[in-house]
Amino acid sequence: METVLVLGATSDIGIAIAKKFASEKYNVQLAARKPELLGPLQSDIQIRYNVECGVYAFDALIFHSHSMFFETLNPKPEITICIFGTMDDEEDAFNNWNLTQRMIDTNYTGAVSVLNIAARTYIKNKKGTIIGISSVAGDRGRASKMIYGSSKAAFNAYLAGLRNKCFKDNVHVMTVKPGFVYTRMTENMELPALLTSTPAYLADVVYNGFAKKKNVIYIKWFWRYIMLIIKSIPEFQFKKMKL
Amino acid sequence: MKKQIANWGNYPAMEADEESFVFEEQLDALVQKDVAFIARGNGRCYGDASLSERTISTLKFDKILSFDTETGIFECQSGITLDQVLNVIVPKGWFLPVTPGTKFITIGGALASDVHGKNHHVDGSISNHVAEFDLVLASKEQLTCSRETFPDLFEATLGGMGLTGVISRVKLRLKKIETSFIRQKQIKATNLQELIGLFEQYKDYTYSVAWIDCLKKGEHFGRSILLLGEHAKLDEIPEGQRPGALKLPAKKQITFPINMPSWVLNTLTVKAFNFLYYTKNFKKEINNIVSYEPFFYPLDAILHWNRLYGKSGFVQYQFVLPLSAKQGLVEILNRIADEGLGSFLAVLKVFGHQESIISFPKEGYTLALDFPVRKGLLEFLDELDELVLKYDGRLYMSKDARMRPALLEAGYPGLKQFKSIIKKYNPGNKIRSVQSDRLLLTADS
Repeated sequence: METVLVLGATSDIGIAIAKKFASEKYNVQLAARKPELLGPLQSDIQIRYNVECGVYAFDALIFHSHSMFFETLNPKPEITICIFGTMDDEEDAFNNWNLTQRMIDTNYTGAVSVLNIAARTYIKNKKGTIIGISSVAGDRGRASKMIYGSSKAAFNAYLAGLRNKCFKDNVHVMTVKPGFVYTRMTENMELPALLTSTPAYLADVVYNGFAKKKNVIYIKWFWRYIMLIIKSIPEFQFKKMKL
Repeated sequence: MKKQIANWGNYPAMEADEESFVFEEQLDALVQKDVAFIARGNGRCYGDASLSERTISTLKFDKILSFDTETGIFECQSGITLDQVLNVIVPKGWFLPVTPGTKFITIGGALASDVHGKNHHVDGSISNHVAEFDLVLASKEQLTCSRETFPDLFEATLGGMGLTGVISRVKLRLKKIETSFIRQKQIKATNLQELIGLFEQYKDYTYSVAWIDCLKKGEHFGRSILLLGEHAKLDEIPEGQRPGALKLPAKKQITFPINMPSWVLNTLTVKAFNFLYYTKNFKKEINNIVSYEPFFYPLDAILHWNRLYGKSGFVQYQFVLPLSAKQGLVEILNRIADEGLGSFLAVLKVFGHQESIISFPKEGYTLALDFPVRKGLLEFLDELDELVLKYDGRLYMSKDARMRPALLEAGYPGLKQFKSIIKKYNPGNKIRSVQSDRLLLTADS
């Protein structure tokens, strides 16, 4: 049985993805900054799906701890899924460097730090899968998601590069770009129902994409075309728009 | 952000904030906020019990914490639905000790309503099978309650409609089964008198319930089908099925697509349905082996069946009358037949003895009916209330959307004690629902 590492396992999306892979008979390793919260999810996964489930402490912002973290994983996961991320209020972040830096360091630097380590192991083994949960916000920079979007744009570019780099070594990299998702993060936002997915739906799509070795998936699928249109607006026009 | 919510009857509906939590510390933070709220599970009570301008959804708090497959002790968070519980326990040879007619309710909701099932006369309500639970009080203090520790709070929470606190963790004692099948017996009764005799005759059956045609008058008044069942033993099912004796039933679900226009349901269509339902059983008695799903959850096969009653929704009316009040049952059924407001689903059951502070079941006859919301309904139900009152009966709060406080007070002798327990543990009425305000359970005074 293969093992999947879930980085960011306390988020709604992390929980849904962990459950989905467990239901498909993968052993699961849950990693989060507050591992003490993960006991109930661990027992739930073990009892419901009859698979092994471990809990690990992982802090995306403590970069130097990442190799030790990966070292302690036993067994080494065949699949690493990077889900963690933060989205602060953009205006607050614009006015407060600490917030900006935290967003960039979590969403980009931290992700690169830990995925480099996983990728090196996979390249050596000539086998493995890396899945990065990014965002449609990375497809084009805009005022209302300036910092968050740029951190995700950088993450997208990293994943694309990694996919290219690892291909010859039989390591697959999948980029996941969700649009709106109903989570605790978006609980107080009014979201268009048609464009918004649930964490469980997202997890199903991620699993299917993984099984089919997709490269870049949008959730829901028509976000690909929405973003295509948004990307095609000429910059001289785009800069005047309120988005 | 406010959104439109309603419970299963789609009546009443209101705008409400819904906040959810995954971890205990998040629940603490939500409870601590200085805005009144009620906890809400899957919204499968019928009326306004889990409605409030601010609701705390337990649905993401749905993890299984432990399951001892030797002893059948099952421990979980309160937001898990019975459906999910069954998926895990049935293949291991265990079943819910008590289940209502739908599996799409949460464990927390089951406790808050102290739900009963077809086995009430033998096994009592769910409260009989709860070993302990954790309750987060309005003060955010968390208490572990059982019959031994905080017995007052334990009892007032079971059936207490969420007013004592937020049920967070539950430990249940499950029921051992050999197969996932039910040995079912269906008997047709030509009238109410015969049905009551059959209930008595077959009272040793673990599961019993009757569907009753409320629109029939004259000599076939109260014609019905009595449904009896036992968990099938391994040697009672066909040999070919034995290797997979504990398998889960295949999921066959259809969705009721739209809200029906309200004119579809009228005396004629309901009479036609009742005729078909009664005559589908050609023989007087049918004995067979069926999967547990159609036996316990026939309506769960049709998702959103409540849309049958249209946009304006429906009210479910469930009362219990003492065994001595057979005449009252006749009177109420007559009143319903006269009015011609009868419903598809009129369900009659005999409850066994139960003592509790605020739980609905007590020894007697319980009848549950659906009435589509339309002009004159509320006045008609007020009339039924008079009869329920006259015969010393009471209504089920989980179904209720409209009863008056006086009826609650008359029907529930433990109400005073219940109110004083709420006052003690929920002093500022921070936990309150539209129903609890309506029934003056959380009235500011």
